[in-house]
Amino acid sequence: MSTTMQSPAATESTQSSAGGEVGAVPSFDVTLRIRRYNVETHGDEAYWEEFTVTAYGTDRLLDALHKVKWDVDGSLSFRRSCAHGVCGSDAMRINGRNRLACKVLLKDLNPDKPITVEPLKGLPVMKDLIVDMEPFFASYREIMPFLVTGGNEPTRERLQSAEQRERFDDTTKCILCAACTSSCPVFWTDGQYFGPAAIVNAHRFIFDSRDDGAAQRLEILNDKEGVWRCRTIFNCTEACPRGIQITKAIQEVKRAMITRAF
Amino acid sequence: MQTHQYDVVIVGAGGAGMRAALESSKRTRTAVISKLYPTRSHTGAAQGGMCAALANVEEDNWEWHTFDTVKGGDYLVDQDAAEVMAKEAIDAVLDLEKMGLPFNRTPEGKIDQRRFGGHTRNHGEAAVRRSCYAADRTGHMILQTLYQQCVKNDVEFFNEFYVLDVLLSHDLTTGEVADGEEVAVSGVVAYELATGEIHLFKAKSVVFATGGAGKIYKTTSNAQTLTGDGMALAFRRGIPLEDMEFFQFHPTGLAGLGILLSEAARGEGGILRNSDGERFMERYAPTIKDLAPRDIVARSMANEVREGRGAGPNKDYVLLDLTHLEPAHIDAKLPDITEFARTYLGIEPYTEPVPVYPTAHYAMGGVPTNILGEVLRNNSDTVRGLYAAGEVACVSVHGSNRLGTNSLLDINVFGKRAGIAAAEYAVGADWVETPQDPEGGVVAELERMRTLPSGERVAHVRRDLQNTMDANAQVFRTEESLRQALADIAALQERYRHVSVQDKGKVFNTDLLEALELGFLLDIAEVVVVGALNRQESRGGHFREDFPQRDDAGYMKHTMAYRRPAASGDRPHSEAPSGPGTSAPGTFDIVLDYKPVIMTRYEPMERKY
Repeated sequence: MSTTMQSPAATESTQSSAGGEVGAVPSFDVTLRIRRYNVETHGDEAYWEEFTVTAYGTDRLLDALHKVKWDVDGSLSFRRSCAHGVCGSDAMRINGRNRLACKVLLKDLNPDKPITVEPLKGLPVMKDLIVDMEPFFASYREIMPFLVTGGNEPTRERLQSAEQRERFDDTTKCILCAACTSSCPVFWTDGQYFGPAAIVNAHRFIFDSRDDGAAQRLEILNDKEGVWRCRTIFNCTEACPRGIQITKAIQEVKRAMITRAF
Repeated sequence: MQTHQYDVVIVGAGGAGMRAALESSKRTRTAVISKLYPTRSHTGAAQGGMCAALANVEEDNWEWHTFDTVKGGDYLVDQDAAEVMAKEAIDAVLDLEKMGLPFNRTPEGKIDQRRFGGHTRNHGEAAVRRSCYAADRTGHMILQTLYQQCVKNDVEFFNEFYVLDVLLSHDLTTGEVADGEEVAVSGVVAYELATGEIHLFKAKSVVFATGGAGKIYKTTSNAQTLTGDGMALAFRRGIPLEDMEFFQFHPTGLAGLGILLSEAARGEGGILRNSDGERFMERYAPTIKDLAPRDIVARSMANEVREGRGAGPNKDYVLLDLTHLEPAHIDAKLPDITEFARTYLGIEPYTEPVPVYPTAHYAMGGVPTNILGEVLRNNSDTVRGLYAAGEVACVSVHGSNRLGTNSLLDINVFGKRAGIAAAEYAVGADWVETPQDPEGGVVAELERMRTLPSGERVAHVRRDLQNTMDANAQVFRTEESLRQALADIAALQERYRHVSVQDKGKVFNTDLLEALELGFLLDIAEVVVVGALNRQESRGGHFREDFPQRDDAGYMKHTMAYRRPAASGDRPHSEAPSGPGTSAPGTFDIVLDYKPVIMTRYEPMERKY
């Protein structure tokens, strides 16, 4: 095939044909130190494995993982889909912090040291970087993550002022990637705590002027595994790839529980 | 193997699938099978909005919306379907609001609306505010809202299950099933990703809502997982694919990356400029300029680059200029896409124009359906119990070029229709017996692929496919380029016979999954190219430089592509399974036929903006 790479981001060009003839795109080598787990080939022990691949200017960590999978070891397993930070599939621990692999640019990491890549903490590992998301979604489902209304539906839309809409805007951004919940030391201890993501999604409805279910949700979150277990550690806020002010949202839910004002 | 039985099985859990599930599950026993967790579906990446003539901010009506849709599709739209969509758009938006979708609001508290490409007042007079939106996250909000409603209504999901075959009462690939004969669906075969186990789902109705196939191209806004699965599964079972040569290239992908920057950027006032700083769309579409439909804008951009007016060191992109907009306005209306520019290109859109270039975005074609969502197996007969909605389907509301926002509309209107129709049919229908050894073909192919000791890597074949499609079947096409693409695909199909996966395991074997997906991509790419070669005219998203005019006398008709046994028996034969429902390169031909376009109100006119 006689196609030429024109673009600066040759995300799949690991072939020698690229050969550096263009010279326009800076390339550099990165080493990934990946926490692996494969019960079929390595039994019940996780282990570390290192891979070195060549990266280009705008490559993301996801591109490097793809290079490993596509050119070196096809058995390396991880989830991904949209590859630009909106689907929430590829949350993982990158150099000890929860990030989406598709939102971390390799050039922003220190290339002199191996980049450590691990599965999310606090959720059961199923294979390599793939964790069991069911406990996470179970907590989400428990907080009634849907609009609750009473009476007849209006003929047209429900009215809501721009200010009322703004009140819960931040928490509508959640993509359920679990980066927050699995960064929370309280969640790590026993996995019983609802976790930040569930509370974020409760917040999204509690502060929606159209919703009538706030009292029920607050009752659910008043549980001993509910909001009171939050120790305002801010790991969740730091981990959120959508920039949601999660700790603030949790504080607002706590306050609503006391004041019953929402 | 595990066997399940549901009245309705919905394949895919994006917008169309979940909208269908909400209707079906309240009527009858329903399961949704998805290769992803529902909230990972690519509906969530849609940005700009969903059009409906609510007339919340200015005069509008559904007839204008119908006209724009027909004209936008360069008159290849089935006008009855477009009218259904434009009329039902209003309730579709109101339904979502009642489900809780957080739309942006007008000062009066109503759903706010903004301008979008090709949507006009009174048949093209000027751009109209028709798109209902939630910042530049409308798709995200739709996906989340539909999932929330599925949680509320206890919809049953089989997540990370990959459907690999659809079971029919007849083998349609022979081409020998008579017109009028009753053909029915009896279920699907799925592969559970976590365990490698095979599941048989018996069903009276099956709804395909599996999305698009953007990964046939290298530069695409589509997710890694959009590999044309549903289209290819139907095609392999002898069901035709309609109008596959029409692929939409979205004008504003981040240059070099293909990541989508919503048309809303231009709806909010953004301007495309070439290397001279010229607002070049004034030359190509003097009335609505940057808000011309996507096919026109994408071609104009590619033409600017081709004629040497591209920007950047390699002069290979143009610039999307937002610098004249207030930063607060950008933050309120376009927060995500400006964040993409910062994250991935290091560009600050407040002060710098953003490099953009067309990116493969949307398949206008797909599995043919009527306006109830019933799948057609020829120009008139439906497959009993089989439905399709969303990007996988071709109803055809998009004709040869989809207008922006009409995909979010399509999934809601026709997802709902398909869900209702599938459930109502299932309630009254008898069970159809599944074939003998229903999973046999799938198991054989999986085993063959998993056990091939060594061979070429899947990723390399896929990369070469994507490169040839970008080079030869993109915005500009010629007979020569398409013949090159077709020859390349034939060679790649031969290579595909010998790819092997390294992961031999059963647990989350995504290596194997990618190999299967590649088979689908190759099938779909071939149909796209064969259709494009055959259509010797330029219409909508399909532009032939050797036939630059629209030819209504010759081609005002839908292409119908069928998989039929190869005419020549001298093709190379391998030990690969070659029955219906499997990837069997070389043992089948693509046979083309046509279907008339349904016209109701609008006579074709020259398409000027």
